[in-house]
Amino acid sequence: MTAAVDTGQTTTIHGDRVSLLRVLGPAHVWALGVGIVLVGEFTGWNFSADKGGALAALIVCWIVGLLYTSVAMIDSEVTSTVAAAGGQYAQAKHIVGPLMAFNVALFLVFAYTMLEVSDAILLGDTIVAKAGVEGLTHNSFIAATIVVLAWLNYRGVLMTLNVNFVITAIAYVSIVILFFSVSPWTQGAVLKLNELVTPGNALPYGWIGVIAAFQFGIWYYLGIEGTTQAAEEVRSPARSLPYGTMAGMITLLIAAAMTWYVCASLMPWEYLGITYYPLWDAGKLTGSPLLENLLFIATLLAALASANGCINDAARAWFSLGRDRYLPSWFSAVHPKYRTPYRSILFLLPIALAFAFIADLNQAITFSILSGVLQYTFMSINIMMFRRKWPLGTIRRGYTHPFHPLPAIVLFCLCMVTFFAIFLGFGSQLIAMTVFYFLISLWFHFYRYKFVRRGDQFSMPWPKPQGY
Amino acid sequence: MWMGLSYVCWGISVVLALWMLYDWFKVDTTYSEDVLTSSREGELEAVSEKHRI
Repeated sequence: MTAAVDTGQTTTIHGDRVSLLRVLGPAHVWALGVGIVLVGEFTGWNFSADKGGALAALIVCWIVGLLYTSVAMIDSEVTSTVAAAGGQYAQAKHIVGPLMAFNVALFLVFAYTMLEVSDAILLGDTIVAKAGVEGLTHNSFIAATIVVLAWLNYRGVLMTLNVNFVITAIAYVSIVILFFSVSPWTQGAVLKLNELVTPGNALPYGWIGVIAAFQFGIWYYLGIEGTTQAAEEVRSPARSLPYGTMAGMITLLIAAAMTWYVCASLMPWEYLGITYYPLWDAGKLTGSPLLENLLFIATLLAALASANGCINDAARAWFSLGRDRYLPSWFSAVHPKYRTPYRSILFLLPIALAFAFIADLNQAITFSILSGVLQYTFMSINIMMFRRKWPLGTIRRGYTHPFHPLPAIVLFCLCMVTFFAIFLGFGSQLIAMTVFYFLISLWFHFYRYKFVRRGDQFSMPWPKPQGY
Repeated sequence: MWMGLSYVCWGISVVLALWMLYDWFKVDTTYSEDVLTSSREGELEAVSEKHRI
C-alpha cells in the first residue's frame, strides 16, 4: 500500500501504517454514550420496582445517578489524558499495570457483548409481541439486528455514529413527547401517582428492598462510560470526550426522572416490576394509538442504538488487546479502506449471535451488569492511583474533575452496595464470573504475557510517575 | 406481513454476512499482514503532546 496522508484531519497513516480514523466530534461521543444507555429506560430499570417497590426505583435512580456521575467525571479526566482505543483498558495499562488492563478489557468486552445480546433479544421479543402471530419467533430479528449493525460498524465509524445519533435522538424525543402528553403538571387527569404510590406500598420490602433494587437501578445509566472507546477516533479527545460524556449524563438523568414519573404514575409497582416494556406499556395506557406506536418504534430504536454502540465498543477493546499482543496481534488489523477494526468486529459477531440464540434475557443482562460493576470498581481505584502518580500540574489534562477524592470514594462504596445487591439476586453468577476472571488472570500471567512486547505497550509520553 | 418480514431479515442477514466474509478475504489477500496490523497506540499524542504545563 502506498503512503497516504489525509489532509485537515488528524488521520494517521504514517508511512505504511493504517490507523483508526479521527473523524468524530462531541455529538458522536454523546450518541455513543446515550445510545448505549437509553435502552435501559425502555426496559431494565423497572425490574428494580419488583425488588423494592416504586419508591425504591426512584431512590436508586438518584443514588445510582450519583454513582454514574462519579463515573462520568472520573472517566472524563483520565480519558482526556489517555486518549486511546480501548478506553479504560488503556487507562488501566498505563496507571495500574498489564494484568489489571487485561481484566478490564475483558470486563469491557463482556459487558458490551452481553448488552448487545440483550438488546437484540429485546428487539426480537418486542416485534414478536407487537405482531402477535403464532409461529413467529424472534430469531430472524435477532440475526438481522446483530448482522446489520456489525456490517454498519465494519463500514466505518462515522456513519455508524451518525446513525446512532439520529435513532438515539428520536428515542429520546419520544420520552419527552410522552412526558408532556400526559399533563405531568396535573395529577388525576392521566397520571395517578398519589393513588399508585402510597405510604403503605411505597417500600413494600423496606430498606433491604432498596438495596436489592440497586441491581437493576444500574440500567438507568449502564454503558455511559462507553464514550471512552471513541478516544482514538475523535478529532479532539481532550475537548470532545468530557463534553460528550457529561452532556450524555445530564441527558440521561433527565430521561430517567421523566421515565420513572410517567411509569410509576400509570402502573402499579407489581406490574411495573415485571413488564418488559414499561414505556411502551405507558404509551398504551394513555389510550393514544399515536403514543403507543411511537413508544413501540422508540423501543426498537433504543435497542438498535444500544446494540450498535456496544458492537463499536466491544470491538475497540478486543482490537486494543490484540495491538498490545495481550491476545494474538491478528486481532489488531485495521481495514485499509474503512479504517475499522474489522477482524475484531467479525470475530465477536458469531459469539454475539450464539449467546443471543442460547441465552435468555435475564442471564445476558446479569453478566453485562456484573462486568460493568467490576469495571466501575476498578475506576474508583484507578483515579486514586492516577492522581497520586501524576498529580495536577505534572501532565496536561483536558478536564479535571472536582472534589477529588470524594467521587472516587462514593463510587467505590456504591459499587460495594451493588455487588451485595447482585449477590442477593444472582449469587451463583457472581461467584462464577469471579472464578472465571481469576482463572483467565492466571492464564494471562503465566502463559500469555511472555508474548507481550513490554516496552511497546506504554505509549503515553508522560513523565515518570511520582515515587518511581 | 410479519412472517414475510421475518424471511426478509434472514435474507438480509445472510447477504451482509457473506459480503463481510468476501471483503475480509479480499482485504487479507490484497494487503500484507504488516500493513494491516501497523496501527500503534498513542502515535498522535507522541507527535502533538509536549507536556509543557
